[in-house]
Amino acid sequence: MSDHHLAQLNIALLKAPLDDPSMADFAAALDPINALADTSPGFVWRYTDEGANDASASRPFGPDLLVNMSVWEDVESLRAYTYGNSGHLDYLRRRREWFRPLGRPSLVLWWLPSGTLPTLSEAGERLERLTANGPGPEAFTFRTPFPAPGAHAGVEHASDPG
Amino acid sequence: MMEDSAEGRARRTADDAYGDQAIGAAGALADTVRRRLYRYVCEQGEAGRADAAEALGLTRNLAAFHLDRLAEAGLLEVERRRLTGRRGPGAGRPAKVYRRSDREVSLHLPPRDYASAARLLAEAVERAGAEEALYAVAREEGRRRADAAARETGTAVPATLGELAGALARCGYEPAAPPEDGAPGGEVRLHNCPFQTLAAEFPPVTCGMNLELMRGMVERWGGFTARTAPSPEGCCVAISKNKND
Repeated sequence: MSDHHLAQLNIALLKAPLDDPSMADFAAALDPINALADTSPGFVWRYTDEGANDASASRPFGPDLLVNMSVWEDVESLRAYTYGNSGHLDYLRRRREWFRPLGRPSLVLWWLPSGTLPTLSEAGERLERLTANGPGPEAFTFRTPFPAPGAHAGVEHASDPG
Repeated sequence: MMEDSAEGRARRTADDAYGDQAIGAAGALADTVRRRLYRYVCEQGEAGRADAAEALGLTRNLAAFHLDRLAEAGLLEVERRRLTGRRGPGAGRPAKVYRRSDREVSLHLPPRDYASAARLLAEAVERAGAEEALYAVAREEGRRRADAAARETGTAVPATLGELAGALARCGYEPAAPPEDGAPGGEVRLHNCPFQTLAAEFPPVTCGMNLELMRGMVERWGGFTARTAPSPEGCCVAISKNKND
């Protein structure tokens, strides 16, 4: 068992209110997509609004900014959920139907000690850090991942013997 | 990617001039027998020495020699595996099983770097939120490809899943043998992702582009539906035959 888990924050700028007809496909997908996350290998936790099953009501970073924050065992499990099944990839592919480009990073990943949970303000700081400095060990992306503290770097790139 | 990635460029030294590795790999395929073996392994997904020798009418030793040359050139990967059902003492040495290597061989003379261009363009599309423009362009290209394929090969518009697989094969995809038409859930799956390296870095943009490319093609052919269906290996698009068609 690794002593670190991967935290993720994603923000998305809504084109229209969630109850607008143009958002119907996305709004209808929230429950199944969240259920898919909850049952995916490596899933640890996801942020939800108090008394709700998702985080679509609270808008800590702005009135039109949807928030998605979760914790996973490692980068691979989050990647497999995010890109590896049609349930989720299909909605990512269509994201411009519902969301405007932010013009800055919308996703940030970072490591935190297992057994702890991230706060929204910490998550916001990580995203600011990524935006200001680019990917680093404290705030990174899928395209430029960093190993968990204390993990052996580059293990996955080790060449096969023979 | 052997020559185009930043990693590849960083590793390159004075005795590894541009393209040397790729030229070595391509050179290994100059031999006709070796090229047939390479294609056989790719088509089969994986193959042992005995299967390959038998399929191509070669002696086992000759097949083994050429398969190992292909592996040395980085075109094939080798796994040692005991044949099923034979265990314990007397089972013999594990047999070598060959499959196509994940390593990409790319050679452009004069030196060209379209992989970096694709990566930059994909990132720009993401940043600008221009996915819908990309998808529209890809769908138009799909229609053009379908028309061009029909013109060049003079083949009829595909009507069955089998004919569809043939048409896709001529477009550079590698379709798995399709199920019988009318079989429940029958779909054509593709062994090869033509945009593998880009798709690994920019999955939604690249897979969305590829889906629209295929939608453009099947739209021209009519009677089929392409949908997103990620799989651990190969292309993330699956194509089925429409009902009542």
